[in-house]
Amino acid sequence: MQHDTVPTPGLSEPGAPADRPQSAGVRERYPWAFRWETVLALIVVVIAVAGTTASPEFLTSYNLFNLGLSNGEVAIMALPMTLIVISGEIDLSVASMLGMSSCLLGFLWEKGWPMPVIFVVIAVVGLAAGAINGLLITRLGLPSLAVTIGTLTLYAGVAQILLGPNTVANFPATYTNLGVNAVPYTDGAVSYSAVIFVVLAVIFGVVLHATGVGRSIYAMGASSEAALFAGIRVKRVKTVLFMISGLVCSFAGVLYTFRLSTSVANNGVGLELDVVAIVLVGGVSIFGGKGSVPGVVLGVLAFVGIQNALLLTNFNQEASGIVAGGLLLVSVFLPNAASVVRWSAARYRLHAAKTS
Amino acid sequence: MTAAVLHREPPKAPVDNSSGLAERVFRIRESGIVVVLVLFVAVTAGLQHRFLSATNVQFVLVNTVIFALLALGETMVVVSRNVDLSVGSVLGMSAYLSANLFGSHPSIPIPVVFLVGLGIGLGWGMLNGLLVSVGRVPSLVVTLASLYIIRGIDILIVGGNMVTANTLPTSFTDIPKDTVLGIPYVAIVVAAVVAVGAYYLRSYRSGRDLYAIGSNPDAARLAGIPIGRRVFMSFAVSGAIAGVAGVLWAAQYGTVDSTAGTGYELTVVTAVVVGGVAIFGGSGSAVGAALGALLLATINSALYVLGISSFWDQAIAGFLLIFAITLDRIISVRLTAALRLRSARRAA
Repeated sequence: MQHDTVPTPGLSEPGAPADRPQSAGVRERYPWAFRWETVLALIVVVIAVAGTTASPEFLTSYNLFNLGLSNGEVAIMALPMTLIVISGEIDLSVASMLGMSSCLLGFLWEKGWPMPVIFVVIAVVGLAAGAINGLLITRLGLPSLAVTIGTLTLYAGVAQILLGPNTVANFPATYTNLGVNAVPYTDGAVSYSAVIFVVLAVIFGVVLHATGVGRSIYAMGASSEAALFAGIRVKRVKTVLFMISGLVCSFAGVLYTFRLSTSVANNGVGLELDVVAIVLVGGVSIFGGKGSVPGVVLGVLAFVGIQNALLLTNFNQEASGIVAGGLLLVSVFLPNAASVVRWSAARYRLHAAKTS
Repeated sequence: MTAAVLHREPPKAPVDNSSGLAERVFRIRESGIVVVLVLFVAVTAGLQHRFLSATNVQFVLVNTVIFALLALGETMVVVSRNVDLSVGSVLGMSAYLSANLFGSHPSIPIPVVFLVGLGIGLGWGMLNGLLVSVGRVPSLVVTLASLYIIRGIDILIVGGNMVTANTLPTSFTDIPKDTVLGIPYVAIVVAAVVAVGAYYLRSYRSGRDLYAIGSNPDAARLAGIPIGRRVFMSFAVSGAIAGVAGVLWAAQYGTVDSTAGTGYELTVVTAVVVGGVAIFGGSGSAVGAALGALLLATINSALYVLGISSFWDQAIAGFLLIFAITLDRIISVRLTAALRLRSARRAA
């Protein structure tokens, strides 16, 4: 991860604003039009239109329901990941925490534990798993990339130890119905996981964009040291973020288990890459300090929409990674390329002004 | 060593001293893995003599070979403060396309197949390298995206097909089985390749440049190091190595479908970090990374031989990774403190 930052055009061009060409004026007058979120919203609209023309089933309530259902967990896990990445860290162990919680659910249910007790245990284990990540990263000062690759393997290993080759599938229907039924009065279009995602997105959005804690998360992502000197408890906030990630991922694991009505050791393997891809597509900078919850919600829509549109057009579903990967690349490459172009243009103008 | 002794040293001594110290740390890093490895082998062999049988040792070595190769490429990338997550996908595509050649051209010479694998890997590696060095996209993002894209293209090409072992010539599938003095000769070849790679990284200018870029990119640029070119080269080499590893993979497993090598990227990064390469660049060696791969394969085999369920395998690997980086951190903190103390004494 090279810290190759492109100098901001504003800094390299201190000249009077009157000298600026028309495009800069447009940029200043309509700043929202140049935000990544706007571009993403357009992409989402294009996907929706293209999807509808490609297949009349795209915007039906049945398809929307399945869309929300089969991507609910990934979308939910993307929310705490957003905060963690903005704070300048990364959590690659999310899918393993989902898998561990799923296996714990199956393991304890088979042992005959009552469901409410199991939920409490899973929540505690999730918090503990997140706390291990957070403490190793903040107190020992280890890089989060390495730590969470380690705990990714460790927690997936715990899941394997818990269940081994077994499959637990005899969950009571009252719970598994929650996983596959639609929320009442929504015309069968909205799954429970979609509702939970929306509620959590609002909570995370408010915390990030409208509270002091949220501002401090941006601050520590921009500069951990500066944030510390500004009196922000960087280590504590980061640890709490990782614990929340653990809790939310455990919860996603419960949803995942009830949706599939099965608990097996490899539940959720590999989902961490989807989660990271969604967050980055949503415009969050991998270096921290930049990004927004609305952007990530749009990122979820774009990511999920593309995969679904391809599915309906009989494109080989497993190969949809090509488009997902392409979207990820474009989402980071385009803004970069744009700023490189703008910067060179500014330098060229500066050079021209000097020589004339 | 007392302060008085230090005072009597000639002015040149501090430089020699610190480089000696740095070298000792390098040695500590690798000797740490060796100690763990020896302990592991000793304990396992004590409990179950079968562990050191010729067949089992061969088995472990052959299993190590692919990951040790991948770890060499990954080391080059990681020391320059980048990461290559696409190696598993590159390996998968190269494994299928190269093994498939035997079906379409039955008389094709084996070296040509290896060259094709190398070419496929090199192509993808160069693309990664271009996006990172010219496109200025963070390597984590680039290679995460190419992980998806390459696997997707692989799935489109392969579809539901697979290459089965009976379409492959025996001279090809025997590559991992042939031995010299009881040691699989691929293990010897790969050990030699790793040694050459380690020597290059340690002693050649462009190799040292990678460390410089990894420890401080800004300083490296000011020092006139062509960062873009070096980073591009490291990705190209990592891709090429993954391509060759794909051909070896096909030779070893015989059956290749579109899932070959899925998830290898994380195992390789684990091996590299367990082997003492700092994830944020600047330090570590290819030999250490290869030893990391050997350690993971040894643990895998030890569990099997001891009759412990292989379901413990992952948990142990994960624990080991965390243990390795924690230990490394503690050592480096101690070392910095010791160095500071020493320079403070010298100043006094």
